[in-house]
Amino acid sequence: MTRTMYEKIWDANLVHEPEAGSPLLFVDRHLMHEVTSPQAFEGLRLQNRKVRNVHSILGTIDHCVPTKDRFNIVDVIAKKQVETMTANCEENDINLYGMDSKQNGVIHIVVPEHGFVHPGMVVCCGDSHTATHGAFGALAFGIGTSEVEHVMATQTLQQKKAKTMLVKVEGKLPAFSTAKDIALAIIAKTGTAGGTGYVMEFAGNTITDLTMEGRMTLCNMAIEAGARAGLVAPDQVTFDYLEGKEFAPKGEDWPVAVEYWKSLVSDQGAEFDAVIELKAEDIAPQVSWGTSPEQVISVTGVVPSPSDFTNEVKSQACANALKYMALDAGQKITDIHIDVVFIGSCTNGRIEDFRAAAELLKGKKVAAGVQAFAVPGSFPVKVQAEKEGLDKIFLDAGWEWRDPGCSMCLAMNGDELEDGQRSASTSNRNFEGRQGKGGRTHLVSPAMAAAASVAGHFVDIRDWK
Amino acid sequence: MQPYIKHTSIAALMDRSNVDTDQIIPKNFMKKVERTGFGINLFHNWRYLADNITPNPEFELNKPAFQGAKILVAGENFGCGSSREHAPWAIADYGFNTVISTSFADIFYSNCFKNSILPIIVTDEQLAALMAEISANEGVEFTVDLEAQKVTTPGGLSISFEVDAFRKESLLDGLDDIAWTLKHEEQISAYENAQKKRLPWLWPSA
Repeated sequence: MTRTMYEKIWDANLVHEPEAGSPLLFVDRHLMHEVTSPQAFEGLRLQNRKVRNVHSILGTIDHCVPTKDRFNIVDVIAKKQVETMTANCEENDINLYGMDSKQNGVIHIVVPEHGFVHPGMVVCCGDSHTATHGAFGALAFGIGTSEVEHVMATQTLQQKKAKTMLVKVEGKLPAFSTAKDIALAIIAKTGTAGGTGYVMEFAGNTITDLTMEGRMTLCNMAIEAGARAGLVAPDQVTFDYLEGKEFAPKGEDWPVAVEYWKSLVSDQGAEFDAVIELKAEDIAPQVSWGTSPEQVISVTGVVPSPSDFTNEVKSQACANALKYMALDAGQKITDIHIDVVFIGSCTNGRIEDFRAAAELLKGKKVAAGVQAFAVPGSFPVKVQAEKEGLDKIFLDAGWEWRDPGCSMCLAMNGDELEDGQRSASTSNRNFEGRQGKGGRTHLVSPAMAAAASVAGHFVDIRDWK
Repeated sequence: MQPYIKHTSIAALMDRSNVDTDQIIPKNFMKKVERTGFGINLFHNWRYLADNITPNPEFELNKPAFQGAKILVAGENFGCGSSREHAPWAIADYGFNTVISTSFADIFYSNCFKNSILPIIVTDEQLAALMAEISANEGVEFTVDLEAQKVTTPGGLSISFEVDAFRKESLLDGLDDIAWTLKHEEQISAYENAQKKRLPWLWPSA
């Protein structure tokens, strides 16, 4: 019988399927940060339970970290979260890339840098953007804090099998369109609940042409389509990325591992519960106009009107979004002026993202009244960018060049929009207040964000000089 | 965990779709290392005026008729976005133990069951009927019977709903699911031993 990649990973990680109760799925890697773990450690202590497999865990501190003067955490409760994480990891002998580590950064950026996730693994973290690691052909998904505790105590999760969806993208992407634009275009098509109950497998030659960084950006946003996880089949691009990394198999294990990984790809003719298809040629640079990641349109488009939607719920959502975003139906996307530009996050905080932005910023200056800041996803990304001289390009253009952290993706660390400010942001969510109460977020790719910082409004980077 | 018992309670109406966990509990209020005390900040940005203290009279849950509600009736795709369990912690701490909608985001849905909250999925027509009954009679009390998998209303609605048998049993009994899993210690150890042979590079060398 043919199986999809999801089904193969499920079968390989199934510990037990009792007649009454829940199937138990083995968890190979458990990622951790300071916001969603303290209550789980406390739960273990109260029940006198131990962390089962310490080696399966890798932790970082990212959500609450200031990107300027990083050791000076002004918020007392944020400081306590950081201290609690550090103490919990010390007490349990957990590998933590903490505040003073040169490896510190956003969890979903740091983990791949060390080759900690491999194809075929089940990976979880108290963070919905764990979906990122599906780029490696690992089944990676976010869990709540009770489940974080459950994984620490049992190395398993009580799981129900998901349905499968094949998302096929074929063709050559237009110039300047990126994995971010593919992700936004997919979500615009499926809606934010379209993937609910599904694991999405991204396939087609547009996807296999993506770099690992691009695949991570794409899988990262699978959760914004409501999917439990996103997957890309492992191939030579994956193997080349992993080979030689700290936690990758070494020596005689390497060829054995690669053979195993190759066996995980979906069988020819494997059946999916749903299939959607997109043509890469149709994916122009995207800009979100509303307060949900499905409210997205091409840069050449105009802000829609509630009457454009036949579905009553979507029509009402459009009306609410226009009000919150202070936009008019029919307004050209390129006429939307912005106040703040943010490049960073687990979606677009990798080296490739800063290269793409720098390419557009060379010799340019930020528009008057616009604040722009770049937040590398990790210290290794920052160091690499500086080695390439990218920091100079950003600084010369009038950008701030900050230290790593989640920063204004969710604005927990003090980097936030003021009431009524509008951002061009490379992050993943444009929910009301996500980047600060009353803040208005437009999701874009790094190149689109860079160009907007110079023009002061969105531009079609394909014919922008 | 507290067992979920049959109850008759006020049902509050939130006629909004795609309510995300950033709205349920904004990130500024996640900086706690405890599981309790989140209720006061439930729906903070909608619930309070600019001074962050005065209740916003326009916000539906601030209506006097909805005070003390244990049941929340809301639009589709409730709980989307961030995986933060702070969202169900805030909902439970505020006093809700039941959320009724046409659909829930996956992570939020499973987080509810870890916190003695029953998420009930109904059809579009059933949701419309429940919402209409609340609108016509704010403060109306619905009865939720998990054992019988049924919601009944004074207006005569009787709605059966589906729930996974194991999750139902866990809620009814207030089961500690870690304790349940640890009953399968033998199978977990066997799996680990097999994996050490199959994928030895995943394990620290002895």
